[in-house]
Formats: sequence, C-alpha cells, structure tokens
Amino acid sequence: MVTTEAVVHSFYDKVLAATPHGEQLRVCLECGNCSGICPFGYLMTYPPSRLIAMLRADRFNKVLETDTVWMCVSCFACTAVCPSKIPLTFGLMTSVKEELLLAGNVPAELQTALANSQRYGNPQGESPRKRADWVKDVNPQVTIMAQARRPVDVLWFVGDYASYHPRVQSATKALARVLNALGVDFGILGPDESSDGDSQRLAGERGLFEILAEKNGKAFSKYQFNKIITTDPHAYNAIKNEYPQLGISYPVQHYTEYLIERLDQLKPLLKREVKAKVTYHDPCYLGRANGIFDQPRALLEAIPGVELVEMAHNHTNSLCCGGGGGGMWLDGFQWEKAHVRMSEWRVREAMTSGANILAVACPYETPRFEDAVKSLNGGRQLIVKDIAELLAEAIG
Amino acid sequence: MNQDIYVVIEHLRGQAADISYIMLAGARALTQKTGGEVVAVLLGHDVQSLADNMAAGKVLYVDHPTLTEFTSDAYQKALAGLIREREPRAVLFASSSIGADVSSVLSARLNLPLISSCQSFSADGRPISQICGGKIMVESDLPEATTLLTMIPGGYKPEEGQSGRAPEIIKMEAPALDDLRVTLKQYIEPEAGDVDISKEPILVSVGRGIQNQDNITLAEELARALGGAVSASRPVVDQGWMSTSRLVGKSGKKVKPKVYITLGISGAPEHAEAIMDSETIIAINTDPAAPIFDIARYGAAIDMFDLFDVLIAKVKEAKG
Amino acid sequence: MNIVAIFNLVPDLVEELEIDQSGTALNMDFLRLIINEFDDHAIEQAILLKERSGARVSVVGPSIDGADDVLYTAASKGADQVIKLTADFQGKKVNNHAMARAFASTLKELQADLILTGVQANTDLDGSIGPLLAEYLGMPYVGYVSGVNAVDGKVVARKEYPGGLVAEMEIKLPAVLGIQAAEQPPRYVAVTKVRQAMKTTTIEERLLAEPDLSGDVCIHRMFKPEVGTRAEMIEGSADEVAARLVGIFKEIGVL
Repeated sequence: MVTTEAVVHSFYDKVLAATPHGEQLRVCLECGNCSGICPFGYLMTYPPSRLIAMLRADRFNKVLETDTVWMCVSCFACTAVCPSKIPLTFGLMTSVKEELLLAGNVPAELQTALANSQRYGNPQGESPRKRADWVKDVNPQVTIMAQARRPVDVLWFVGDYASYHPRVQSATKALARVLNALGVDFGILGPDESSDGDSQRLAGERGLFEILAEKNGKAFSKYQFNKIITTDPHAYNAIKNEYPQLGISYPVQHYTEYLIERLDQLKPLLKREVKAKVTYHDPCYLGRANGIFDQPRALLEAIPGVELVEMAHNHTNSLCCGGGGGGMWLDGFQWEKAHVRMSEWRVREAMTSGANILAVACPYETPRFEDAVKSLNGGRQLIVKDIAELLAEAIG
Repeated sequence: MNQDIYVVIEHLRGQAADISYIMLAGARALTQKTGGEVVAVLLGHDVQSLADNMAAGKVLYVDHPTLTEFTSDAYQKALAGLIREREPRAVLFASSSIGADVSSVLSARLNLPLISSCQSFSADGRPISQICGGKIMVESDLPEATTLLTMIPGGYKPEEGQSGRAPEIIKMEAPALDDLRVTLKQYIEPEAGDVDISKEPILVSVGRGIQNQDNITLAEELARALGGAVSASRPVVDQGWMSTSRLVGKSGKKVKPKVYITLGISGAPEHAEAIMDSETIIAINTDPAAPIFDIARYGAAIDMFDLFDVLIAKVKEAKG
Repeated sequence: MNIVAIFNLVPDLVEELEIDQSGTALNMDFLRLIINEFDDHAIEQAILLKERSGARVSVVGPSIDGADDVLYTAASKGADQVIKLTADFQGKKVNNHAMARAFASTLKELQADLILTGVQANTDLDGSIGPLLAEYLGMPYVGYVSGVNAVDGKVVARKEYPGGLVAEMEIKLPAVLGIQAAEQPPRYVAVTKVRQAMKTTTIEERLLAEPDLSGDVCIHRMFKPEVGTRAEMIEGSADEVAARLVGIFKEIGVL
C-alpha cells in the first residue's frame, strides 16, 4: 500500500528529475497567474496552481481521482507567465498526466492514439508502409532515403498529420514544391519515419516517447545529411530540445526558419500576387515554447499582395488551437466537458481581425481551424492556409 | 452416408431467423451438385408451425420441453445423436449466437470436419467462405466425410428458401436431456426504444464520423425533414451516444427500409449484412475507399458537416 | 477460482492483405500479427473478475511473433501467471482444431475452473478455438458473452443475441466462455509499466509435443472479393450533391 506521502515525495522527485529547473516548483508563489491564463483552467478541478497547492498540502491522492487534467493541451501559456519560472507544462502538467496514465485513468480516445503510435508509428493507426504515399503526384520526385541511398543536404522530417491527413497533405505537397523551386537537395525517411512522439510525451507517455525517439534516432543514423527541417513545430521541439537528452543530436530548424534564411533566393520566385489580408496564428510550439515569432511573419510579408494583420492575441499571448499535449486525441472528451472548442475561439478572433486568410505553420492547425470555420456562423468567409501553401501559390 | 443436406433451423422466441431460409436456399444450391434432398432440422417445443413455409424436402423435428429455449448443452446433445446416426452429406448451421455455439463443439465431439463463414457454394459444390473482415474469400474442397458448415448471409436471398407448400414433418425421439451443464436463467429485454427502426421506411444512420453526441441533432433534423428516424452503427452505440434500440448491425437490428442513408459509416461486414436488403442505400463518407461504397447505390465522398445545412434546406423546400 | 485466458494472434487488417504465389494462402511477407481483438477482451474480463472476486488469472498463448508483448502486457495488468506454449508454429498452417488440442493439454495441467477466450477470430475457417477447446476438455461452452458473474461454483454469463436481447445462462464449472466483449474495453497500460513487467515477470515456457494438425480445411483457392457494382458517386460541391440527392429522393418516392 503506497502512502500519500510516498506518492507526493516520488511525484516531487519525478518533476524535479524530469525537467531542467524542476526545483523551481518549490518556490511557487501561489499567484494564480497560471490558472488564470489557462484556456480551460475554469473547467479543471485542479488547474496548475491548485495542483501545486494539493501537492504541498499532502493531498495529491485527491488529484489522482479526477480527470480534468486531460483538459490541458500543453499550450505553454502557464509556463510563459509564471513569475517563478516553474516549468509548468513540461514538468508539472506532464507529470500529473503520467501519474494518471500509470493508474489507468486515461480517456479511451487517447488510449487508441497511444496504442496506435506504439504499434504503427503514428497516432492515426495508418499503415506505416503508406507513410510516403503522398509523394505520388509531386514533380520532381521526392527522394526517399532508403531507396535513393545517397547523402542529401537536408533531411525533411515530415510528421504524422503532414504524411497521412488528406487536408494536410496539400500543405505537405506545397512545401515540397517550394523546396524544389529553391533547388534544395532534400530527402525524406518515408516508411522509416515514426511519430516524433512529442505530443505523446506531453500526454504522459514518457516510455512511448522514448521508443519512438529511439526508432527515429536509428533511422537518422542510417543516412547522411547536414540538417533536419520539420513541417511540424512539435517535431521541431522534440528533435531540438528532447532528443539530445537521449543521445540523438542533429541541427534542426522549422521549415519557416529554413526558408527565411534563403529569402534572397525565395523572394524573386514569389511572382504571383496573393491579394489578401492575412493573419498569422502563432503555433504554441514555435512561438511561446521556442521563441520563433518573426520568421513566419517575414515569409508572409514577402508574398506580394499580402497585408499582414494581427489578431487580438498574438506572439506570446497567442491562443492555442487546442491540439497539443494529446488534445488532438481528446476531442470527444474535451467537448463533453466544455461544449466549446479552443479552435473556435481562435477562428472568431481571426474573423474579427478583418483577415481573409488565416495562415498557419503547424499540421494540427489546418484541420482544426477548418472544422471550426464550418461550425461558426459566417465562418465560411475565412480561408485557412499553411504558409507553405501561400508560398507555393505565389510561386505559381 | 446419404447425400442429404441438413439445415439446423435457427429460431428464437417463436421466430425463424432470415438466415434459416438463406441456409435452405444454400442447401438447395449444394444439392444440385451432391444430389440428395434438403432436410430441415428443427429443435424446440411446439414449434412445428415454423416449418410451414420452409423450402425443404422434409423436417426432422425434435420436440422436448427442455428445448423450448436454446441452451448449448441441450442442442448439442439433441443434434449429436441425430447426425451420428443419419450421416448426412453436410449440416449447415447459422454463423451466429446459436449456430456457432453448437457447430464447433459437434465438430470436436463427432470428429467431423467443419468449414466456417460459408456464404455460398460454387457450381462445383465448393463452399465459398468470407474471412478477414470480408477482405478475403476462400473456396474450399468439401471433404468426403459428413461436413459441418456455418453460414453467413449474402449469398442467397431468404425468399429463395421459402416455399408455398409445407414440408413433411417427421417427429424424432429426443435423447435424454437431463443433467445439463448450461441452463437459461432469464432473458433481459433490450432497452425499449421510442422507435422501432426495423419498421421505419427512411433511416438516417450515423457512424463514427458523427464525432460526438451533440452532432446527432443534425442527423435528427435531416431525418425529421425526410419523415424518417435516426439509427446508428456499433461505435456510436458503444459510446453511449444512442441507445441499443437504434443499433443496426449483426449484433443489433437488421433493417430493410426504402432508403438507408449512411453518414460517416465505413461499411464493415457486420453492418453491411444488416442493411443489404434495403431498397436504396445512399452513403456519405469522406473516404472514397470506404467499403460502404461497394454496397451503396449512390454515394458522395463529401464531409457530412458540409452537407447538413444545405441538404436539410433543400429537402424542406421540396416538401413545400 | 482459477481463471485462464487464452489468446491467439491474427493478421492485422490495417495492412493490405495479399494472396501468396500458391493462390491458397495469405502472403505472410508483410503481414503483421496482432492479438485477436476478442481475446484481448477475454484477458480484460479475466482481470476484471480477479479484481472483483480475487481469482487467480493465468494467460496462455502460442509462441508466435508478438506473443511476448501480449504476455508482458497481461502481467502488467495483473495476471498472476503468463505461459507461452512453444512448438514449431511458424511456417506451419496451424488450424483451430490443432491449436485447441495444443491448449487442451496445458489447460488440463493448470486445473482451470473458468476458461475465457475470444468468441471468434477474423481468420477462423475451421470453427473457433473456444468451443473446440471446451469439447476437447469435456467442458460446457457458451459463446457471445458480454458479461460474467462468478457465484459459488457457478458462473452466470450474459449471452448476446441480435437486436439487443440478452440471455442469462447459468453454467456449471469448469467451463469455457467465448467472449464477445468485456464489461469494459481493454485498459491501456503505460509503456513504462510494460517495460517494468518485462524485468520482473518470467514467461513460463511449456514445450508442446508435435502438434496434431488434423482438422485442416483444404483450400482450393483464396481470392479477394470482386468489388461489385460500386455506388454511383455524386461529385461536386455540397450544394450540387444536395441538389442531386433531392432528385434521387424524388425518384425513389421519398419526396
């Protein structure tokens, strides 16, 4: 029989050991900033500051009986506003989810996504052999490392949704076209690629994350390339900040970082006008978590005809689309509790900003925002496009 | 061994299941090759009238109070002796909660070959089975010994197993049916639904693609506009979003409405077999490769959420 | 009470199934095996019974690819004993009669009171393992079970019929039940828990004598079903599709 004290002690230790600066947990001021800024904080029985309070009051067992921590989408807002610089997202919230997962308290939808990730290397449960099927109608042919057997300059880590989701595949193909137009020597892993594992990690499955990371690490080591670029901010975060702790270390950029460095080659290619008011949604894992705000905006401004407008929440206080930390796989669960979706809040903001186009830079966002657009009155005036799609359109 | 094909009639609470007639039709097809006649085997108590419209040469009827309701032990005992003594060419069982409970046990008890999930017989008299969720077909040789087979629907129509002339009933002696290891305690009725979907002429059926319970109101609005009702496939009922009385599928109800509209249903065999007698099936599914499109008459690979508003509006307009 | 849950592994239908060169079997090259979903429910039901009434649970499976993972996962869920039956299964066509015979000898030794296994598997061609096993052990069998209650020496099983009807069947032990669904879906086990089980659990290996393979169905040919006349697909925008649908409704007399 494990005593509460032992649970608390081990939980503290877990957080302290799991994250850099985990010891900051001890200096929480109970200011409540985190709970206040959390988008679903109002629905949680124990939002972040109360979680810490329960820990301190030796009543953590009560937390383990609740399930509202699954409303957390790891959007990083709490971490961004914490005056004590506590790693709330990666340390506290993730660790609580880990405890719940170990106790078997996890919503069924999430279970399926985790089981699929382990078995098929992607949360959608698609056949791993079909991971590169999207390259079919891309010209010139996309290099698949296992077939080409030659070094490339850039290894493009495509990602789960970019590979399999029908809507997102359009953005993936657009990015391939942009890279080809720039004459980039790139290759993809195709069936050798597994999920980056970051959202699974943040949903509490550390063990699964390590398995996926190791698989990717093995795949990386088979080939020669100079750097990795990712479609997905989550993959970017994983490969940049988490994989090195497992001994898997490669230079990595998000595709927007990579392209903006080549603006002088890219700009002349952007011949066609895209006349629109465009608003850019800062993805949590590019913006708040990794400080990349300007590069995607600069890319958009380079497109002739684009007028950039900002939404009310932007840069560090951007509103999450709701997909992170397992959110992609908790839609039913979160809907039952909230009866509202974060993606709908964000789309309303986009509509109010006067924009015609909502530009995104993360594969989670395109389907989430398009679904929101469908369910909002008047939403259909708003078009959702990945930056890569807008660039490809401008290249023509 | 004679060349007759036996069909173990599947019936429950006074009703012979459609599969019984399908098996009779299948048996007749098989006798084209093997010769012999189709013999219905009916176990129960006071149920001989069930055989009135069965297309069989004769009926072997085992009547015993203990056989009033199905229990595996009693059926196995009653059938084992009958098959052992009479050595028919083949015995067909329904691939179902009754037939499957009995056929495998008898195969082991009597040491007779067994072929599962047979849907039809080839012209050469070979059983053609469907396995792997409907993705693979297997044509097997019919072994020389008395062969047990379980049958699934899809190869023959129930009408083909019906006849205007009642077959001859031969009353058989029931074996000792005491000391049974399995007994029926009680039946538990399904939740009483407000609607009997098997009687509705228009069904709007929702599958996993509906995504959550709230969205079902959209399907209800469409059903209302058309004058029909909403039904669901297994995943929706398993989630608790609709009651089991609305379940269409192998473990739910079989339906044959005038029109069956599917929204976000993939069309797996368990669902397909319960709707294949519908007059017109219209399928809406974002995946153009979904198996539902192989059994539907019309289809559209479109997102149902794009369709709801405009379709409901147009239907209301057409109704005036 | 001694409960034994039996499982087998079947082709994972997520992958494309191909017929091999001989035309009478599945091409095993890219085929991945996964636990038969119904067997997964049987294991879950066994664990639930243990949690409710303190029974002892053993989980038994054949030595084929993927079995170890199932056994370690079962151990991390709470199974008391996990057993792998080793025989030369790979490369041989092991039909269900043969598999049931293989399980029977081990189960006699385990002195099981209640044996749970999935009611069917997607590759069943010569019957299902559960009822075959029951007969080889001389035990009663009830299939399509979606709920089990053990009450002094007897078990009451909820047997599913079409249309949502359920029959409560009372069965004398020892008995075999064919599980359609456990009372709750198979629980998730965190990867770290399974890895822990790998360190602390020993899989008992029991060597089987040469399996008796009789009972095979002689396959004349295996093929993929013809995709019959496909639906007439309506193309266009939502507006165009809706308009055509209203036209169809009028044609068939619904409007």
